[in-house]
Amino acid sequence: MKQLLILSGKGGTGKTTVASAFIKLSQARAYADCDVDAPNLHLVMQNLPVLDRTDYYGLPKAQIYTDQCIECDLCRQHCRFEAIHVNGTYQVDPFACEGCGVCAAVCPVRAIELKPATAGELMLYGDDRSVFSTAQLKMGSGTSGLLVTEVKKRLMAAAPSAELAIIDGSPGIGCPVIASISGVDLVLIVAEPSLSGISDLDRIVLTAAKFQTPVAVCINKADTNEGNAALIESFCEERGIPFTGRIPFDPMAVQAINTGRTIVDLDCPAGDAVREVFSKTLIQLGKGKSLTILSKKE
Amino acid sequence: MKIAVLSGKGGTGKTLVSVNLAAAIAPSVYLDCDVEEPNGHLFFRPKSIQREAVTVKIPAVDETKCNACRTCVEFCKFHALAMVGTRWMLFDDICHSCGGCTLLCPQQALHEVEKSIGEIQTGTSEGVTVRTGWLDPGQSSGVPIIRKLFAAESPLDQPMIVDCPPGSACIVMDSIRDADYCILVAEPTLFGLHNLKMVHELVRLFQKPHGVILNKCIEGDNPSKDYCLEQGITILESIPFDKTIGRLNSNGRILARELPQYHEMFTRLHQKIREVAGYETAADSER
Repeated sequence: MKQLLILSGKGGTGKTTVASAFIKLSQARAYADCDVDAPNLHLVMQNLPVLDRTDYYGLPKAQIYTDQCIECDLCRQHCRFEAIHVNGTYQVDPFACEGCGVCAAVCPVRAIELKPATAGELMLYGDDRSVFSTAQLKMGSGTSGLLVTEVKKRLMAAAPSAELAIIDGSPGIGCPVIASISGVDLVLIVAEPSLSGISDLDRIVLTAAKFQTPVAVCINKADTNEGNAALIESFCEERGIPFTGRIPFDPMAVQAINTGRTIVDLDCPAGDAVREVFSKTLIQLGKGKSLTILSKKE
Repeated sequence: MKIAVLSGKGGTGKTLVSVNLAAAIAPSVYLDCDVEEPNGHLFFRPKSIQREAVTVKIPAVDETKCNACRTCVEFCKFHALAMVGTRWMLFDDICHSCGGCTLLCPQQALHEVEKSIGEIQTGTSEGVTVRTGWLDPGQSSGVPIIRKLFAAESPLDQPMIVDCPPGSACIVMDSIRDADYCILVAEPTLFGLHNLKMVHELVRLFQKPHGVILNKCIEGDNPSKDYCLEQGITILESIPFDKTIGRLNSNGRILARELPQYHEMFTRLHQKIREVAGYETAADSER
């Protein structure tokens, strides 16, 4: 299976818009939303029945049994996350607790235990044709990297024979992004033609390079700043990064999303442009190995 | 007063709002907590920048003392340690710096060393103290950088605007923990609404006073606005979708410094927030 991950460094650049169009165009049998903080892909890919819904347990959280606590203060002193507060009794702030277990280890009277805590929910949608894996992190939970890994694992397990998997990534360059990059064949970066967008692009390219993952770049809303779009193209040229095309700003795209459709479901300039980006991206993805999907052009 | 600006997702105009607010009400402090992709500095172009490294503690081994008892490996909840044969190994990228391994090693074979994960840059731009956190690419958590950003000394009498990272995970919670008021920036789309609901849940969880700025408003449906009306959330301002804004913003210009009407709008926004947060009377007198 070839895995294509779509990233942008930042949200709002049109990552999900591009991912949903790609899923439509490739008729992908396997796709996932790894933006577990703010998953959106299900909003446009909503017609699959639920196969499975599972609580996700992240790292456990400490719990202090106040009836056993002798208030020696050792737990509070050793907690690096400032998660233990004294408010009459000793208490754990579940949002700050990272579940490392130091408090329980230093407690002389075993008044602290680590308890499993639900950190989110994993969802698997699918029918006999396609599988969609996604998740939602519970508000205020950490460990989103682990949840991303779980989303991908479930996708691979549910669709082992799929030729292509399309993964909608999360914003930033931190732990969920690192977790989503691991094991993918190509990262397509959706860049925006702003100074912020160029800075974000640079950092996501550096991050992918750390994990030796090939990248390709396309520009969304390209005509909103032609000068910056040209800068992005030359950025790619200088670094030998394949450039897969420009998608124009298109009010129809907003309309498509708001009605739960993808941009290739409507006849619009953004939809036309993304078809081109799609076929160029597949060529990059297929380098070295032939994808039958490449020959299935309309 | 600390005002946090958040959005659930990037690209909604979080940086636009925080940069312009800080610029309009200068002297002020602007903290860029989006340490994975900081953008505020591109607008402020701060001068006389001072850099400060941010480090975390990670364990290191004294091989002459380690007897491969595996106590540390079994303790580490993050699987950051391994013993290959009798060789001690650390995967420093996933170490959470809890210190447990060093503390519990029966041979006292472990000690802690500092590892750099990024830096903080502080500069000034026309009366705004601009403080930016930078996470090094390849590092997993920016939380220690955010903590350091907040820990740095700031002029107490100046308002502080906190440009939060996107999402609603641990890193965002750290950015809003100390906030007196939260501005939620929302887009007029279904995605925008979905993200707004999430950050709304977050600010309610933390019981923070909050209001919404509707950004990129166009004619027609605005699901985010409907939600605010339905939930009784204060709508602080509606910013139109405007090509002038788009152009200036994508070229790293600050609206409040170039167009009087935006200077006025962001000054008014600050005034409104002080009023709804009851800050004028309550918190000022505490100082």
